[in-house]
Amino acid sequence: MDAIGMVKRQSFYETPSPAGLKGIWAWLLTRDHKRLALMYLWAIMLWLCIALLIGLSLRIELMWPGGTIMKAETYNAMFTLHGVIMIFLFVIPAIPAVFGNFFLPIQIGADDVFFPRLNLMSWYLFMFGGGFAIISLFSGKGFPDTGWTFYVPFSVTTKTNVSLTVTAAFILGMSSMLTGLNFITTVHRMRTKGMGWMQIPLFTWSLYATAWVQLLATPVISITFVLVILERFLRIGLFDPAKGGDPLLYQHLFWMYSHPAVYIMVLPGMGVVSEIIPIFSRKSIFGYKAIVYSSLAIAIAGSLVWAHHMFTSGISDVSIFVFSLLTYLVAIPSAVKVFSWVSTMYKGSIQMTPPLLLALAFIYLFSVGGLTGLLLGAAGTNVYVHDTQFVVSHFHFTMFGGTGFAFFAALHFWWPKMFGLMYNMKRAYIAVILTTIGFIFHFIPMMILGLMGMPRRYFDYLPQYATGNFLAGFGGFMIIAGVGLMFTNLLLSFREKNLAADDPWGGTTLEWSIPSPPPLHNFVGVPEVKSFPYDFSMVGKDAAPTIQTRETDERTS
Amino acid sequence: MWLFLYSEIILFGGLFVLYAAYFHEYPKNFAESGRELNRIIGSLNTVILLISSFTVAASLTAIQRGAKRLALSLITFSILCGATFLTIKYFEWGKHIREGVYPNSQVLQNGPPGNNIFFGLYYVITGLHGLHVIIGMTLLTISLVFILTGRVNERHFSMLENAGLYWHLVDLIWIFVFPLFYLVL
Repeated sequence: MDAIGMVKRQSFYETPSPAGLKGIWAWLLTRDHKRLALMYLWAIMLWLCIALLIGLSLRIELMWPGGTIMKAETYNAMFTLHGVIMIFLFVIPAIPAVFGNFFLPIQIGADDVFFPRLNLMSWYLFMFGGGFAIISLFSGKGFPDTGWTFYVPFSVTTKTNVSLTVTAAFILGMSSMLTGLNFITTVHRMRTKGMGWMQIPLFTWSLYATAWVQLLATPVISITFVLVILERFLRIGLFDPAKGGDPLLYQHLFWMYSHPAVYIMVLPGMGVVSEIIPIFSRKSIFGYKAIVYSSLAIAIAGSLVWAHHMFTSGISDVSIFVFSLLTYLVAIPSAVKVFSWVSTMYKGSIQMTPPLLLALAFIYLFSVGGLTGLLLGAAGTNVYVHDTQFVVSHFHFTMFGGTGFAFFAALHFWWPKMFGLMYNMKRAYIAVILTTIGFIFHFIPMMILGLMGMPRRYFDYLPQYATGNFLAGFGGFMIIAGVGLMFTNLLLSFREKNLAADDPWGGTTLEWSIPSPPPLHNFVGVPEVKSFPYDFSMVGKDAAPTIQTRETDERTS
Repeated sequence: MWLFLYSEIILFGGLFVLYAAYFHEYPKNFAESGRELNRIIGSLNTVILLISSFTVAASLTAIQRGAKRLALSLITFSILCGATFLTIKYFEWGKHIREGVYPNSQVLQNGPPGNNIFFGLYYVITGLHGLHVIIGMTLLTISLVFILTGRVNERHFSMLENAGLYWHLVDLIWIFVFPLFYLVL
């Protein structure tokens, strides 16, 4: 390779950092969106592993009736922890913070986000929030035990260290809000020449819709958390009926954020799947505009359905009717997406890969989650299954089966681009199948248990629920084994050093047009924007699509 | 910056939602508690904030035209206005607290529940607003220092512009807070 070629191939890992930023400071003080994304990645994967293990311990406890490995109080603290870590430290930030930071600027042909310093600040807020969460566990009088919803009056009266946990959630909310703000500005101001709104890749579109929800909804939760803290210290009584307050209002305020938040969680996942399906079907995405508009529709309609969490809390029949109707409306744009993905695959030239398998698992599991959601959204059936294991199963199908699987899919899809390394395909398949089967084993029994009437968040149960709980625990072990194998496989790619080509999957969006891993400023030349982002007419024309790996290490030659 | 300001409005929006819900529940108590607040002092504070907003806007124009000394004095005046606002607020709060009206106090506990909620919201909202005044003053002070060192000048004035926008937002929120508490029916 000649000198110019050497420069071109130099990735952002190898580019020397400016003076004064040596060693670890090159990472800790970086404003490069790619480095920040990787720092998010490791932090978030750590949190995921912790929360998964806590979840497993909950299921082990429930495998047999009565206390087995922990006391009832510990159990309360453990499910709170599992919820808080999973929601605030994994599901909400996972895809936007890691893959959004890494690929949003590249997909629109920019060299960084619009506010790089703000981006660094978001990362620090995220880490501080996480740190606060840890401190809150081991200080004060024991683990918080309120569940992740921090419902009053219990959250105000419990002796445990809720204030600090709530502060942590407040800081994390701020971090996610600033990231959203950054993304909106970046998409508006930094698109490369020739990229109109309808040339933006779907992943970026979904992040854009998500960012608006983040910005719209997060301040409401911030103020709610501030009120919880003030109530704890000053006992104002804003939510205390004895002092004229109304605890229902807390639930309204809480869900005004937290329901839109579930769309913050799932929209980016849908974006990932919309990228993966066309590439491995070698077919342009079916209904690009429909997917774009349905993302926006979900973002808007999703902000208007919060009170469906409160059908049994004592709200009026009229509001139950209205919110039930609105909830059903959200199902329409979600279904539009599912049909678009399936239609994309129809008569496509499908090539099976681990990311595609994960995306298919996503579609299946998310559909189950969505359909059970309709059962919950209907006012009548909701009363029957409210606060049972059925609800737990439903939101795990959407959160884990949806966002979790989309996160795994994105990991497998973009791993070659982020690190320039290909993982072992066979191990990846085994891991995916193990996780999926474990998932079904875990949550289907819970769904049946819920229909039988087993309430959620209970430490002990009646003997008729024993079989289901045992099976669910068994499935939990399978999930842990599957995810463990998946992460081990990905990490092993660092040792195996099987180098990936720049465009191993035959993708058409801008991130596949640049070297893997990307150079410091992302693009070596002016990015070339196609009039349609998913135009496969030029890719793999002469040969059947194959997974390409680089034969020799060009970077060292 | 506009997006960030927007999120701040939503932050207060959550509190205004609470206010609306409770006002619907206790209109009489709210009206009667509102009369206990001193309207003259409230109006004075409103005027002070409005004037300070004007001087901040004027300072931006001044710096764009290169009148550094004028800009400096205008910003200093605005910061002083903010400080005056807080001082007045301090005495106002002090008076209520001396009368035994503060969160979880005996007077409020034994009175009608609507009064308790009214004053609870009063302390939370004005307290949070006061915090924003302090943040705004800090931002203005930073701009002041930057003008002195020359980092903010007639070509690079976005720092001052953003600080000014934030100050206007603080002002705007007060414009809503003032009638809700002082001029309630």
